[in-house]
Amino acid sequence: MNIERPLTQHLRPDGSPRFLREYVATGGYRSLQRFGTELAPKDVQRLVGESGLRGRGGGGFPTGTKWSFVPMGPDAPKPKYIVANGDEMEPGTFKDRVLMEGDPHGLIEGMILAGYALDAEVGYIFLRGEYHLSAQRLNQAIAEAYAEGYLGKPLPGTTFRFDLHLHSSAGRYICGEETALINALEGKRAVPRAKPPFPQTVGLWGQPTIVQNVETLYNIPHIINHGVEWYHRLSLTKDGGTKIYGISGRVTNPGWWELPLGTTARELLERHGGGMADGVRFRGLLPGGISTSFVIEEHLDLPLDFSSFPPDVGRLGTGTMIILDDQTCPVGFVLNLEKFFARESCGWCTPCREGLPWVAKLLMAFEEGRATSDDLSLLEMHTKWLAPGHTFCGLAPGAMAPLQSALKYFREDFERHITIGGCPWSKKSAQQRVLV
Amino acid sequence: MLTEIERRELEDAVKHYPEKRGAAIDALLTVQRHRGWISDESLLDIAQFLEITAEDLDSIATFYNLVFRKPVGRHVAFVCDSISCWIKGCEQVQEQIKNLYDVDLGQTTSDGRLTVLPIACLGHCERAPAMMIDQDVYGEVAPEKMKNIMDKYI
Ligand SMILES: Cc1cc2nc3c(=O)[nH]c(=O)nc-3n(C[C@H](O)[C@H](O)[C@H](O)COP(=O)(O)O)c2cc1C
Ligand code: SF4
Ligand code: FES
Repeated sequence: MNIERPLTQHLRPDGSPRFLREYVATGGYRSLQRFGTELAPKDVQRLVGESGLRGRGGGGFPTGTKWSFVPMGPDAPKPKYIVANGDEMEPGTFKDRVLMEGDPHGLIEGMILAGYALDAEVGYIFLRGEYHLSAQRLNQAIAEAYAEGYLGKPLPGTTFRFDLHLHSSAGRYICGEETALINALEGKRAVPRAKPPFPQTVGLWGQPTIVQNVETLYNIPHIINHGVEWYHRLSLTKDGGTKIYGISGRVTNPGWWELPLGTTARELLERHGGGMADGVRFRGLLPGGISTSFVIEEHLDLPLDFSSFPPDVGRLGTGTMIILDDQTCPVGFVLNLEKFFARESCGWCTPCREGLPWVAKLLMAFEEGRATSDDLSLLEMHTKWLAPGHTFCGLAPGAMAPLQSALKYFREDFERHITIGGCPWSKKSAQQRVLV
Repeated sequence: MLTEIERRELEDAVKHYPEKRGAAIDALLTVQRHRGWISDESLLDIAQFLEITAEDLDSIATFYNLVFRKPVGRHVAFVCDSISCWIKGCEQVQEQIKNLYDVDLGQTTSDGRLTVLPIACLGHCERAPAMMIDQDVYGEVAPEKMKNIMDKYI
């Protein structure tokens, strides 16, 4: 089988959507015709487990393992829910949008398969409020799927029926955290919930709930149609499948590409991104959104997947990387990130609510030439105070990843701000930070 | 009081949830689409419909940056200020808007036509700097293109 880019091969280059007729013409919804004896729910579960599919929302958790915690059988609570996480607010990340805008039916089919596997009869697509185009196209696709009987009716050969609703949200990054998302869907203030219990057993309205990233769900129909071996062969490493990678920042050709999982950052940057833009040089990159650690030149040959990063180097995150160039101040860069995190903190727990604005103020002091070496140690202490386990959810530890790694790799730039009493890039940067 | 149309739309929204309050965001956004923003009076109307207290609903409304608890202009320009756009000059975009319309982030022009707000990454980072006007997204908004874009709205 010679499908190399299963998720995006049919997307139109101009970004216009494919609706039902075209989707079906290229094999869409074919998996549903095998429901019943040929493809039982436990087969879908098994195939997803054996495929080694790992969550594309940033965490890389094995999807099959997540599913295995869902109570099954006649005594399992009903209803169970499948939620697509389409909040995509991680700065630098734009991959789920590409899929939902171009091929909305792929998400619906992935959700029906997940629902069938777990005997979950209701689905929600949780979509960030700014994705108006995605909302429009998903709504049209959902209406088509209802009209065609893929939704809302027992599927041929089974007693299983799936209902699907689109929920457009109204901003706030924290809504992407799965338990905050559940509160948001219930019409409550979107602060995270304590875990355990995990949503797989106690989620939406107290019922078993699977929250899965949009890109993760798009993988499922292909795994079911083409099999586990094919899926493994797609990738260059032991994690199966492809990944939608992206690049933003000052490179020649920013954009997105579906490539084998395990492609290196160097190949992505040089072959696909066309290398650095004229007049700027590479200094480092965040591999997948701003909650990941900087990697530098010496890491560029690491495969971009979920198992190859040594823990002290970092993690892949969402796979859409942001490039730091030599004309951009690394301290100003990190200040921008920490201002985002401080603004988006939900305020529920003290270390994050108080700590992130403090970090932002400290970085501001560097930029404005008021920082001392004590401030450098204070920044360092925050990376420990807000480390995993010290806050209620992953937002604050995520905020510390780029800071801690910047202090490691760009320390002399922080120190230079102290010695010269200001930002070495300022003025110059104000003029040069124009479009390249 | 909710208008007939608003009530009908809200009744459709609550069908998607096992509890009425699940539709809180849908309801706030629906009423905002009709009235421009969520006044105290609107908040009461919606809370009554959802059978929750106004205080409860306000704790949700005030949480979300796309729910406006203050009046906004006829058009709202959201300027992305996240990292990829910052690298590519979102500060100059903000300055250019200020030069053209004499309005800072968070403010509305005196003629009530335009509100300018910062917004988190719009998911168009490959075409940074990005901005959204009402529901339309624009990428690679060089300051010199700003006037042309804005002329479609004001
Ligand atoms: C602050 C925060 C924001 C998050 N935002 C998103 C998001 O926008 N989209 C997403 O899929 N996952 C997001 N996640 C991860 C989710 O909590 C969850 O792990 C994910 O949706 C699971 O799906 P997956 O296993 O398919 O990746 C976020 C996590 C945190 C801590
Ligand atoms: S870490 Fe931050 S975002 Fe997460 S619960 Fe605490 S305050 Fe909220
Ligand atoms: S950072 Fe501006 S659109 Fe992503």
